[in-house]
Amino acid sequence: MSGAILRTEGLGKRFGGFRALDGVSVAFPEGGVTAIIGPNGAGKSTFFNLISGAMPPSEGRILFQGQDITGLAPHRFTRLGIAKSFQITNVFPDLTVFENVRVAAQARRVRFDLLRDRAAYPDLARKAEALIAEVGLAGREERLARELAHGEQRALEIAMALAADPILLLLDEPTAGMSPEETRTMMDLVRRLAAERTLILVEHKMKLVMDLCRRLIVLHQGALLAEGTPDEIRANAEVRRVYLGKSA
Amino acid sequence: MSGALTAPAARGGTGRGGRLLRQAARHRVGLTLAVLALFPFVAPYEALAVNILVLGLYALGFNLLFGYTGLLSFGHAAFLGAGAYGTGIAIVHGGLHPLPAIAAGVVLATLIAAVMGFLAIRTRGIYFAMTTLALSMCVYYAFYQMEPLTGGENGLRGINVPALNLGLVSLPLIDPLVKYYVILVFVGTAVWLFSRLLASPFGAVLEAIRENENRARACGYDVARTKLVAFVISGAVCGLAGALNAIHLSIVPIETMHYAMSGEAVMMALLGGMRTFFGPFVGAATFLVLQDGLATLTSHWQLFTGAIFIAFVLFLPSGIWGEVVARLKRAGS
Repeated sequence: MSGAILRTEGLGKRFGGFRALDGVSVAFPEGGVTAIIGPNGAGKSTFFNLISGAMPPSEGRILFQGQDITGLAPHRFTRLGIAKSFQITNVFPDLTVFENVRVAAQARRVRFDLLRDRAAYPDLARKAEALIAEVGLAGREERLARELAHGEQRALEIAMALAADPILLLLDEPTAGMSPEETRTMMDLVRRLAAERTLILVEHKMKLVMDLCRRLIVLHQGALLAEGTPDEIRANAEVRRVYLGKSA
Repeated sequence: MSGALTAPAARGGTGRGGRLLRQAARHRVGLTLAVLALFPFVAPYEALAVNILVLGLYALGFNLLFGYTGLLSFGHAAFLGAGAYGTGIAIVHGGLHPLPAIAAGVVLATLIAAVMGFLAIRTRGIYFAMTTLALSMCVYYAFYQMEPLTGGENGLRGINVPALNLGLVSLPLIDPLVKYYVILVFVGTAVWLFSRLLASPFGAVLEAIRENENRARACGYDVARTKLVAFVISGAVCGLAGALNAIHLSIVPIETMHYAMSGEAVMMALLGGMRTFFGPFVGAATFLVLQDGLATLTSHWQLFTGAIFIAFVLFLPSGIWGEVVARLKRAGS
């Protein structure tokens, strides 16, 4: 695929003797949503951690916009334009919502200014306010992150990821642990975000992503089982056997 | 808690207490200096006031790492000691003027902090504490062994600075009150720079690392490098405290570098409130006044300060000043 924003070649990860992921070669098209699905233990989270730079692969390569980024330090991934939101809520609990997003936005511009005041960068404050509003948290700016409801914390995380101006946004089970109401709000947000950038999301609930994504990648037992459009995946007998199980 | 930390974006309710707190946070340097300027008149005696001033600065420098970055070091006595020895050696063996001698002490402490930090920041939690402890004891023995230069077990004696000659004026350091205010000029400057650092974008990164190291990394921050810079600055501030202490005491006891002294930094920060700007000074005052009072009553004073410390950790974990700030905030909301 020529329009691939991210490509993996023979990607694998071992933990001691356990092979969590083995020889996965896929290409993610630019724009829209690509979902990574698979049953529990399929290697989704491992795959996510590799392409988001959280851990280096044991073998294989990762190419972002044609550039080999295998083994780069995690913060380098972010600076290249790959941002992520974690499966387990991951914010700065004792800082305000505003400061959470502001400090995330700051990483892009100023990291070692020791003597000027934070307020000397009003553009960062404006950007933070705008992102907080975009994810639906307007009015919550001065609350501490730990005081927010679960769904709000996930939204905050997405605002923090967006603060890095990502070209590619990676979301690991963005609706995990959410109520149906919160899930709907989150999926609306995901749809809006995908209009402007490339999204890759790991999702356990297959139904949720079927009408949302352009492409699906199905992992099973640490290997690539299938990839294709939602219709192709739905029609794939292998996928129906291992993943959809009884419901097929 | 974070209200006292992030002064510019100070939280607190809309009530009177909250407003008061926001005002106080905005003027924290001025308020700190005002309190310290009046302090000799309420302190039991002047030498104790100077001790509190100097060790308050030591605790403040330590707290940059502990309270603001979330790194517990057990090796900060190495920086206090390096600052003291560097200054003392420059005066005793080099015959230097006190001002360049203080600079020499700070530079020595900064260099040692850079090496120790480089080796220690790879580790986390208890391993970080143990690594800093071990490295500081290496520094301790190195200075212990360099007897011709450091006086070894007897400490470095003869750091006589009867007056600070500034060309036009000569300030008599023999007078304890003059000595207090001369040292306060240094401490005040350090407190001002320290406050600016905390309010800066870099200060925000330190808080982010304390709150959630992985998230800070995911935001695009180089966590290891940021920690190293914080470690070196923290060491430099503690080195300045050591340099001032050498001039104050006219001697550098070898105990200045002992790990027990590193423990005192932890105690002072916790007693006063590690999540507050002014807490380390409150902690130093509490600790030293307690020590001073108890030592006249019993030779087992450490037993009692230890018990008091444990009581604080169990029942007042936010520290004395931390509790005051929290109560004001509650009153305000």
